[in-house]
Amino acid sequence: MDSLFQRSLDDIIKGLRHQQAGESAFVSKVLEEVRREIKSTDSHTKSTALQKLTYLHSICFVDMSWAAFHAIECISYPNFTHKKVGYLAISQSFQESTPVILLISNQLRKDLKSNVEVEVSLALECLSRIGNLDLCRDLTPEVFTLMASSRIPVRKKAIGVVLRLFGKYPDAVRVCFKRLVESLESSDSPPIVSAVIGVFCELASKDPKAYLPLAPEFYKILVDSRNNWVLIKVLKIFTKLAPLEPRLAKKIVEPICELMSKTGAKSLMFECIRTILTSLAEHESAVKLAAGRINELLIDEDPNLRYLGLHALAIVAPKHIWAVLENKEFVIKSLSDPDPNIKLESLRLVMEMVSESNVVEICRVLVNYATKSEPEFCNVILGSILSTCSNNVYEIIVDFDWYVSLLGEMSRIQHCQKGEEIENQLIDIGMRVQDVRPELVRVGRDLLMDPALLGNPFLHRILSAAAWLCGEYVEFIRNPVELMESLLQPRTSLLPPSVRAVYLESAFKALVFCLHSYLKSAHGENGEASGTTLIQENHITPDSVLHLLNLIDMAVGPLSGSYDVEIQERARNILGFTELIKPVLSDSLHPQDERHKQQVEASKMVRLLHDTFSDELGPVSMSAQGRVPVPDGLVLHENLADLEAVCGSSLPASSATISFEGSHNVEGATSIFISDQKEESEPSSESTSLLAEHRKRHGLYYLPSEKNTEHHEANNDYPPANELKSGVTVSNDAQDLAKLAEQSFLPKRKSKQVKARPVVVKLDEGDVLPISSKIPQAKDDSLSEAVRDVLLGNKAAADSVIRKKGKEKLNAKEQEDDLDHMDSQSGTVQNPVKERSKRSSRKQNADEGDHGGDKGKQKRRHRHGKHRTREGVQNPPANVISQTPVPDLLL
Amino acid sequence: MHYTVCKELNSVILSVSSQINFVCLISRQGKVRLTKWYSTYSQKERSKAIRELSGVILSRGPKLCNFVDWKGHKVVYKRYASLYFCICIDEEDNELEALEVIHHFVEILDRYFGSVCELDLIFNFHKAYYILDELLIAGELQESSKRTIAKLISAQDNLVEVAKEEASSLSNIIAQATK
Repeated sequence: MDSLFQRSLDDIIKGLRHQQAGESAFVSKVLEEVRREIKSTDSHTKSTALQKLTYLHSICFVDMSWAAFHAIECISYPNFTHKKVGYLAISQSFQESTPVILLISNQLRKDLKSNVEVEVSLALECLSRIGNLDLCRDLTPEVFTLMASSRIPVRKKAIGVVLRLFGKYPDAVRVCFKRLVESLESSDSPPIVSAVIGVFCELASKDPKAYLPLAPEFYKILVDSRNNWVLIKVLKIFTKLAPLEPRLAKKIVEPICELMSKTGAKSLMFECIRTILTSLAEHESAVKLAAGRINELLIDEDPNLRYLGLHALAIVAPKHIWAVLENKEFVIKSLSDPDPNIKLESLRLVMEMVSESNVVEICRVLVNYATKSEPEFCNVILGSILSTCSNNVYEIIVDFDWYVSLLGEMSRIQHCQKGEEIENQLIDIGMRVQDVRPELVRVGRDLLMDPALLGNPFLHRILSAAAWLCGEYVEFIRNPVELMESLLQPRTSLLPPSVRAVYLESAFKALVFCLHSYLKSAHGENGEASGTTLIQENHITPDSVLHLLNLIDMAVGPLSGSYDVEIQERARNILGFTELIKPVLSDSLHPQDERHKQQVEASKMVRLLHDTFSDELGPVSMSAQGRVPVPDGLVLHENLADLEAVCGSSLPASSATISFEGSHNVEGATSIFISDQKEESEPSSESTSLLAEHRKRHGLYYLPSEKNTEHHEANNDYPPANELKSGVTVSNDAQDLAKLAEQSFLPKRKSKQVKARPVVVKLDEGDVLPISSKIPQAKDDSLSEAVRDVLLGNKAAADSVIRKKGKEKLNAKEQEDDLDHMDSQSGTVQNPVKERSKRSSRKQNADEGDHGGDKGKQKRRHRHGKHRTREGVQNPPANVISQTPVPDLLL
Repeated sequence: MHYTVCKELNSVILSVSSQINFVCLISRQGKVRLTKWYSTYSQKERSKAIRELSGVILSRGPKLCNFVDWKGHKVVYKRYASLYFCICIDEEDNELEALEVIHHFVEILDRYFGSVCELDLIFNFHKAYYILDELLIAGELQESSKRTIAKLISAQDNLVEVAKEEASSLSNIIAQATK
């Protein structure tokens, strides 16, 4: 007999506890035993083995799917102990996809019909855990029977299982829904009501509209119930229902307020607060009351309540920012709370308070705070500053010079890991806001100059942006030679190749710019008026040009053999250019009589390049590509697939951004393609292909140039960049923060703006990544449909399943009686007599047209007796099911 | 016609989730003492979830709040002696209510075992499950009365006793042996 020598569960547990290191060895040994024992024909041996396996499964997460069949065997044993072990194993380990799951169906049915209450309970619990479509369909009739059981524990479990039935098998609604609604009224047994409300709470959270007709029942429970568990659930239901029906909201606001001030249970009070803030936010007085309760939570000792208080403020903030402002001191103080959750919540609230007028102060405070925080929270702060400020194309930013220098400052914070986001914003702002470019270049230059930053990999993306900006807007640089030096400094070898390539490209642009302004100034002596670059010219002397050329030889020369193609190609471009320019330039550097002719040639070359580089680049709408019609005969996808096969993964996703020259004439789409091709294939103009390449890389930022110029003309008189305000003292303490907030968090007072906000280029549409704001299609359409059917019309199906006695006829008159009855029942009705009579007359008409369909339902309703305050009060005709009717009782 | 309606409805797979996604008990040393899953998780996901959560929860100090954000859900936990009771609920569920469910569970365990300790739960792990099953069904609280639950559990226990006696009775052993 194996059972004599079998180790019991206790042995296993003890053994496991005594294992110090070799736990897994012990487990696998036990598993081996179990595999042998579980095959035994002795029910005791088998169930003990299964029990041990279940233990290991839930504690050590070992696989037990192989034992599924043995578990099913165990539940079929007559001995209750064995059955119980089997059920535990099944509900712990079975998934919907377990292959043998259907074998369980008959046994479950047998146990559901058992006379022993605990057996029924076991079966119900098991079904609630593992029920799949087939099981739920097969067992719906049994559960339906149990829903009317005289044994309360069984009944309430059956109701709990209904949630699973509906979820897996929506047709169960037609069978069980009526009984479920009836159970709502069993006020004599609170556990039943509690169970039903739990089910409705979950159902309503998915598709609240369908349950609107049950509002009177829920209301009754809200007013009558003394059970906090039930009340919380009812409040959750009303949170979903109230937004759908303003009259309902008006009706419930008073009892909820009363509940909120009366109750001693914090959980219930918080639920009241949440209901008011989410769904009754239009009722000012209620919100005021709730705000008062929130204040109590905030000053509580319990960190849970403080956290929830802040959470509640976050809910109310979008609609009633005053409630947050009232507590601003607390909110700011919480930024230094030891609990990271509370910190996060308060940070969220601080960001809610940001407005145009206080963004500068708040950001200053937060940045100071970030420098002192641990890395993780520091980056959370930086992240929320970045996202708040860039929200809706920098809506709240007035002073871009300030913002850009803030970005520079944030980059230098020790723990900053927001490189990518800062990079994007720097370039984005450069593209969109023309007036801020001088400041952008200044910030970028400062970053590039600092050799220490090159060692921090988190900053590489930012440096890449800075390098690009300085190259693209090089005309604003005070000292281009200095810029060249920093772009080509030895420590750039620390950069990843992609960033280094950007550095080289920028160096190229800067070089061309230097030469151009040098030659121009030389021309100037010959009578040509030199243009805008007066300051820069001071630095470009023949010596410095020589110095630059040498620098390039020294720094770029070795890169022409780089392994990275991007670097190599760009380095060769630069070197090729300098080779070309050196002979013609060298004469002009040493003043002689015949220099003139040479110089003209040199300047011609340089001007050509300079003109190419100074083409204005702007952002391209995300939808630009979509607006280009595909020419006939061009199969885009096929071509791309070929390309991929040829190039493999080495090709970046450049296909997403197409570049086209100047105009974005949609009609000329074909010509665009052609001109693009032509441009690229022209071998003579090296620079043009460079530009094309550049555009490909930064295609995102291209903007049709006409648009830009339009904005620029309007804005020529913009004052020059001003230095950072030094007036704001750097305060380090939370107390100082609070003080500062005193001044700055005043409700959106328009501060006197020193200067007008610069123009921010926005594209009409598709500027921002299209957020998939599509309302999630109700996934459980069929469930809500079924519920709606049962509640509103189409009773035929339901009645065909459950046909009951009581076939009194009902006519419109009786219906009115019903209405009257209900009104007298609830004293609080505002007596909408007119409306009601109007409605019932409309109803009559509808009934005439739709008599057959309504009949079944009327019968059904009548069966419940006169006291029913049921959905049938006001049925729409079947053809307008989509309109959810609102019961008169509440209105 | 009814049949076609059924067929149509069945073609959509539905998900009505429960309020509580899972319950777990973790010891201060990070050992799992009980796990009960009300939403669908594969065995891999289960062990990963527990590992991650115990890392987060055990490292939190004693004076912090009892809520943790976790993958779009909230985990409410409370420490009783050396055990952490954790419940994973949805974003919009009531955290304080979940705390009360935990407390309720602990009180019931306490009443059943007579000042419960970790060892009780280690050696009676299946009983802890049955008690939990009386408290929650399909992830919803089903019984708020401690006395009722105590009654139901003792009825079960009686049944188990009877079954055991039956099994160990002489005639049964003989029947088994001669089978």
